[in-house]
Amino acid sequence: MFNYFANPVRFLRLTSKLQPITMFVASVTIGLGLYYGLVKSPPDYQQSETVRIMYVHVPAAWMAMFCYVAIACSSAVALIWRHMLANIIAKSTAPIGASFTFLALATGSLWGKPMWGTWWVWDARLTSVLILFFLYLGYMVLYNAFDDQSRGARAAAILSIVGVINVPIIKFSVDWWNTLHQPASVIKMDGPSIHPSMLTPLILMAVGYTALYFWLLFVRTRAELNANKVRMMSIQQVET
Amino acid sequence: MAGKSIQVFFKLIQREILLAIRHGSDSCMIVLFFVIVVVLFPLSVGPEPGILTRISAGIIWVSALLSVMLSMDRLFQSDYEDGNLDLLILASEPLELIVLAKTVAHWLTTGFPLIIISPVLALFLNMDTSGYSTLLIALTLGTPTLSLVGAIGAALILGARRSGVLLSLLVLPLFIPILIFGVSAVDASLTNLSSKPQLLILGGLFLAGLVLCPWASAAALRQAAE
Repeated sequence: MFNYFANPVRFLRLTSKLQPITMFVASVTIGLGLYYGLVKSPPDYQQSETVRIMYVHVPAAWMAMFCYVAIACSSAVALIWRHMLANIIAKSTAPIGASFTFLALATGSLWGKPMWGTWWVWDARLTSVLILFFLYLGYMVLYNAFDDQSRGARAAAILSIVGVINVPIIKFSVDWWNTLHQPASVIKMDGPSIHPSMLTPLILMAVGYTALYFWLLFVRTRAELNANKVRMMSIQQVET
Repeated sequence: MAGKSIQVFFKLIQREILLAIRHGSDSCMIVLFFVIVVVLFPLSVGPEPGILTRISAGIIWVSALLSVMLSMDRLFQSDYEDGNLDLLILASEPLELIVLAKTVAHWLTTGFPLIIISPVLALFLNMDTSGYSTLLIALTLGTPTLSLVGAIGAALILGARRSGVLLSLLVLPLFIPILIFGVSAVDASLTNLSSKPQLLILGGLFLAGLVLCPWASAAALRQAAE
């Protein structure tokens, strides 16, 4: 399947159909999720209305990790099979993932002020997510640091695979260290320990963010492919 | 075959150390940089012994981190520029082994002098004597890991624009775990707690780095020379 869709023409044809679908799914689920999260769901008995930040924060943090793994996987594909498309997908994912990471950090900070009494604490989860943010930035800078584009793509691919070690550290930081950040309550072996009235908007937002990611990814990848095409055409024009 | 590889391994270390000695000033400059950065802290946060005692471990670790990072760019850069790197890649020995040899030599010429000078700096910073042995052990376990991880960054930036600044962007986030456990080991023994868990984690990081980092650096070098 990899090899089948590695062909840019097939990829463009497929994504031209998927792009409006993902846009539709993203806008509907995020809209519904925000409505359930901000209006319908009950306030928490301890955190009162502040709990609503969670519906923006938690899915963003999931997506931050998801995007990084996506970069690392497509980088591995790019290094092994040398598919140009895999590099473009990794490159297009990086700014989206960095934005999700920033969103998670910013909303967490806004939640921390009323709940913990401070904008920022140096606990394991927060520190490792901050490192993830730096990894995204380093990846993007390294990608563009070379005059030769393909050289930058390969160097950044290796960096992203090295940095993937940070993802399990983020996931398990709340279990390994006794920290301020609460442990997982949705993705657990014995089912989620969260009331359905709060779980529904959370799941809706997570689905919405994922659809948003794919929509943005398709837009960015298609733009990148078209830009490449334009570059090739202008080179040909100069040659003739 | 294996015997010859080992021979090449030690020959390479010998060559790198010889180069460092002949150039002389490079290693001295790194140590001087280390000392000057440490000296900046008492001047900036104030000379009260109480404050310095509390943050001494952190200051020494941060300065060591910066010194190692600063010395990193010369690990592959000169070989890359004069074409030696292509010969090393073409050699029959595995590139991973060659990278490891260069990293060991790098540690011997930068990390090791830093460890030797660090007790003197701890004295400057009024560190309690109970922390000295832990500081030395933690640095001995931590600085080789810094060299190993830094080698990946040094290999990745070959031929990049503004490579010095770029290297710090790539490598410093990866240095953070070593910094955290290195400092908390010393802090633990300063407060009369056992520093064993942190030292064990540092040892684990070192062993993991010893196995995984040369592999990643070699991959980066191959794509740089492609």
